[in-house]
Amino acid sequence: MLLEIKNLHANIEGKEILKGINLKVNIGEVHAIMGPNGSGKSTLAQVLAGREEYEVTKGEIIYNEKNLLELSPEDRAREGVFLAFQYPVEIPGVSNTNLLKTALNEIRKYQGQPELDAMEFLSLIKSKMKLVELDQTLVSRSVNEGFSGGEKKRNEIFQMAVLEPKLAVLDETDSGLDIDALRIVANGVNKLKSEKNAIVVVTHYQRLLNYIVPDFVHVLYKGKIVRSGDKSLALELEEKGYDWIKAPSDSVEVA
Amino acid sequence: MENTLDIKKIYLSHFADFEHSLNGGKSHPIHQLRKSAISNFSELQFPTTKEEEWKYTNISPLLKHSFEPAKRIFKDTEIKVNHYLFDKMEHSLIVFVNGFYSKELSKIKDLPRGVIIKSLADAIKEDHPIVNQHLGKYADFKNHIFTSLSSAFVQDGAFIYVPDGKVVEDPIHILFLTFAGKNKIFIQPRNLFVAGKNSQSAIIEHFASLAKDDIYFSNSVTEIVTEENAFLDHIKLQEESVQAFHIGRMDVHQERNSNFVSHLISFGADISRNDFNSRFNGEGGESMLNGLFLVEGNQLFDAHTLIDHAKPHCNSHEHYKGILTDSSRGVFNGKVIVRKDAQKTNAFQENNNIILSDNALVNTKPQLEIFADDVKCSHGATIGQLDNDAMFYLKSRGIGDDKAKAILIHAFASDVVRYIKVNPVRDYIEGILKSKFHEDQ
Ligand SMILES: Nc1ncnc2c1ncn2[C@@H]1O[C@H](COP(=O)(O)OP(=O)(O)OP(=O)(O)O)[C@@H](O)[C@H]1O
Ligand SMILES: [Mg+2]
Repeated sequence: MLLEIKNLHANIEGKEILKGINLKVNIGEVHAIMGPNGSGKSTLAQVLAGREEYEVTKGEIIYNEKNLLELSPEDRAREGVFLAFQYPVEIPGVSNTNLLKTALNEIRKYQGQPELDAMEFLSLIKSKMKLVELDQTLVSRSVNEGFSGGEKKRNEIFQMAVLEPKLAVLDETDSGLDIDALRIVANGVNKLKSEKNAIVVVTHYQRLLNYIVPDFVHVLYKGKIVRSGDKSLALELEEKGYDWIKAPSDSVEVA
Repeated sequence: MENTLDIKKIYLSHFADFEHSLNGGKSHPIHQLRKSAISNFSELQFPTTKEEEWKYTNISPLLKHSFEPAKRIFKDTEIKVNHYLFDKMEHSLIVFVNGFYSKELSKIKDLPRGVIIKSLADAIKEDHPIVNQHLGKYADFKNHIFTSLSSAFVQDGAFIYVPDGKVVEDPIHILFLTFAGKNKIFIQPRNLFVAGKNSQSAIIEHFASLAKDDIYFSNSVTEIVTEENAFLDHIKLQEESVQAFHIGRMDVHQERNSNFVSHLISFGADISRNDFNSRFNGEGGESMLNGLFLVEGNQLFDAHTLIDHAKPHCNSHEHYKGILTDSSRGVFNGKVIVRKDAQKTNAFQENNNIILSDNALVNTKPQLEIFADDVKCSHGATIGQLDNDAMFYLKSRGIGDDKAKAILIHAFASDVVRYIKVNPVRDYIEGILKSKFHEDQ
């Protein structure tokens, strides 16, 4: 098993957001996490990546036989965890290439691999650029600065392509994309998908799942996974909305 | 330990010795400047934090030392200057060791006809008319004790004159090297740059210490005149000893349509104070002031800038940035005066600071005094930490904490450094930044 989340509880600013998450992800699998706004999907993603602002109060996360919660954010990345941010951060003055070169070499160093020289790095990013149809000018610009929403999302997938994670968590990478951009992003992800990694996509929309076909679909609601199923669950949600799932679990809470 | 009064007496007695050593120099017109400056000095008191202009900069540590006037070092050829030169740069180099011109270490290139790069001492000796015309005219010493001191001890420094219409292609590198050792010395470089009509040139004033922690006092004054339509690019790079005191002043007098660019890159001293005053004396002038300072330990950096929009249709653009760690202090005071007749003025000012520790502190104060009504002026100041979201983003990509910090600090600094057009100087500064933050390890 690549990832096992057991009874995870997490707070932000004293408020409990995650209230007992259980999730198992095997290598080679694609999981989709859906759920209404504010249900805790991004919180889960950020906790996986190690954002310090979230306080884990209970539960554990085993990743690749390690206690993930004990690792720093950078060590998680070096162990192969990647988060595509729902809202990628703009960093003026730091070029995409500089970020990626530093990141890649830090990861390689950690994994005991030799660092790439400038030439090797350039040819690597050239081939990865094609994957998400990013052009050179964007790649050499400051990280996400002045990028359109779609460009930012493609840039996240481009970074994923270069860093080749074992576990990629894509937080609403499809939101705000037109259908062409969606296709580019989804195709990129599909090319990166393999028997050696696993992908967790957080999404509101079934249309992404037409391209990236999940093995499992989970519904997160009020900090808990309230239902899991196969890809047909996503179709059902598309059709019926969340109310039929919300109602029973809300009543449970009242009771 | 001496009190302020005694310190003044000591400087006065040094002046008496200095005057005595001048012999024939006493009849020179410049000596009038010295004499009125020293009598002004004797009337003034060293500033305390009670004075508005020195509110956050307590200079009492400077007044605890009795500094001796620097003496000429005759074996200066043994000093290795290579370390302080900019790689791959064709340029004229004029070196001063402890404030004295070193002919041996300097290397002046073939220059366009009429262009002068030389020691001010020599120019005074030759009774150069440009020197007599301009020296002491812009750096008013009336209420400034340090400028009075500088003017009283006027002796050496760089004199640069670019006649009308001349373009000096290669940058002019002025290196002020201090070699204090155990002697607590004071050096007072005095510079005069006159850029003639339609001329173009780039000047680098570079202050460096041979030892990282020598104690000395550098009190420098630079007067700059840009005649009509002249273009002058000025870089001041300060790499003083962390125990030194650097009081620096620059006065720029800009005539019609002239364009002056100033970069101040400072790694501080124990206390460093930089006064920058510029005045638009004709319409259509442009000036850009870029500043970056990085201080650590107990260093204090203070920049006081004054841009005087005395004439209409001038643009000034000022951007200072500070990076502070440990218990260091920063002061930025940016004054812009737009006089009654200075319509259509554009004045932009921004000061951003990053504080990397709980004990560092910045005092920033914009001061806009606007007397004209048809103007565009803006100012802003920020003091903050590194952006948490950006830090987390970098770390989530596998970049360690120190390196992520270094990358963000460097990006913050580069925002100033990238405007330096003289590439080798920019590379040199980038190199210092890189090694300061161990980014390359
Ligand atoms: N920094 C914060 N401070 C306080 N509350 C927060 C913070 N971040 C998130 N929350 C709250 O936590 C809850 C879960 O937010 P989260 O972003 O995880 O939801 P989400 O499922 O990703 O929603 P969306 O679909 O809108 O992206 C929300 O109620 C949100 O307001
Ligand atoms: Mg979210």
